[in-house]
Amino acid sequence: MKTLYLDNAATTPLAIEVTKELNKQIKNYGNPSSRHAIGKTAKEEVEKVREKIAKFINAKPEEIFFTSGATESNNWAMKGTALANPLKKHILISCIEHPSILETCETIKKQGYTIDLVSVNKEGVINIEELKKKISDNTLLVSIMHVNNEIGTIQPLEEIAKICKEKNIVFHTDAVQSFGKIKIDASKVDLLSVSGHKLNAIKGIGFLYIKKGTKISPLLNGGGQERNMRSGTENFLGIVSIGKAIELKRRINEASQSRVRIIKKLLKIPGTILNGSIERGACNIISLSFYGIEGESLQMLLDEEGISVSTGSACSSNKLSASHVLKAIGVDEYHINGNIRLSLGTLEILTKAQENILVKKIKENVKKLQKISPIKFEEHKK
Amino acid sequence: MIPTNYSKKVIEHFSKPKNIGEIKNADAIGEIGNMICGDKMKIYLKIDKKAKKIKDIKFQTFGCAAAIATSSMITELAKGKTLEQAKKITNKDVADSLQGLPPIKMHCSNLAADALHKAIANYEKNNK
Repeated sequence: MKTLYLDNAATTPLAIEVTKELNKQIKNYGNPSSRHAIGKTAKEEVEKVREKIAKFINAKPEEIFFTSGATESNNWAMKGTALANPLKKHILISCIEHPSILETCETIKKQGYTIDLVSVNKEGVINIEELKKKISDNTLLVSIMHVNNEIGTIQPLEEIAKICKEKNIVFHTDAVQSFGKIKIDASKVDLLSVSGHKLNAIKGIGFLYIKKGTKISPLLNGGGQERNMRSGTENFLGIVSIGKAIELKRRINEASQSRVRIIKKLLKIPGTILNGSIERGACNIISLSFYGIEGESLQMLLDEEGISVSTGSACSSNKLSASHVLKAIGVDEYHINGNIRLSLGTLEILTKAQENILVKKIKENVKKLQKISPIKFEEHKK
Repeated sequence: MIPTNYSKKVIEHFSKPKNIGEIKNADAIGEIGNMICGDKMKIYLKIDKKAKKIKDIKFQTFGCAAAIATSSMITELAKGKTLEQAKKITNKDVADSLQGLPPIKMHCSNLAADALHKAIANYEKNNK
């Protein structure tokens, strides 16, 4: 049985073109910092990719700093900004940020910083008025993700960036889920985090965009790579892979149409809700909650059928608590644990036949679990 | 993090659970909710009043694979037992019969045992 991989928001398969490029470049073993010819060859490749990425997001090459991925980039953006600006002690983030922001803030808090959360509406869009109200003279940094990883909601980045600029506040965005799928103009923000493996490159590579003039300290000290901002020998093959990945033609419109079709078909299951928004969602992320069933069970049944999805249910988490994102958008108690996320690929699109199988298998297994459940939608309606 | 270390027995009882559904005109029902993760379990009993035996038992569960598997297993363990025997079935018995549960899922076996014991207690309360 062929598997249907619908967890591209977790990670993506390596693109064939990326594999080819890696095979071509694998002979370049030189350390880009070495002054000899072998080192220089590697250095040239690294700089070529840096230029390509810069062009891709409307930035300058010297504003791109390679890291090990988005967790490092997010840690660096938050901690590095705090380290470089000790006078202001207030940070604002949305309540639906990724754990690599939330947990980093927990650490920063212990250093005497106040972290304030900004709420979102039921579609997952940040409350701009609340953001404005919570900004004070003491506010150093605002960090709001571009696209939410669980429900796919897109935030009004430029609007937030404008507010921050007026108040002279550093604005960081975690663009892991949007990079390569939504046009990004990095020049509008101060800091921006990206990861390679969400875009068919290899794992262990990402970058932090740092706008020229932004005050930030390095987290990793050592040999002075990345213009003294991020020490450690460059992940040469990682860099090469991300350079190739951004050149690939992505079928964004087709993914988007496929997403809408799948949502509409699955919403026909009685009691089913969409978490997030059809219109304000990224082209590839679908989060649904089915009535009276539990997400881990559905995830496992689908896995047995060769369909890979993820879930934010309480039972599937280490803390046995439901997803902070679903709580933040106010999902009710009958739906909060009955959640699965389907995330589509953007290089290859599901065929109509695959779409139909997916919908059919989900319907069958939801029905199976609803039959076992003591919580019935028919009774709820009465 | 979904535990990948579910035993074969858990997967078996999760994929093909035994004794699903409700018993119309049940002699007793035991319902338990878990405050931690939100799971819910309902056990229905049909009792042979003379022999004080569990003639039939069914369950309905809202929960993860472990919760469904423990429900299925407890119905298997309790079926045909006398009430006194069934009262002695512990959460450990359920977990052991399933070849163990991941530590984070042990609370699911409590749920199953509690639901059964509650159903029996309800029966005894109403049939003094």
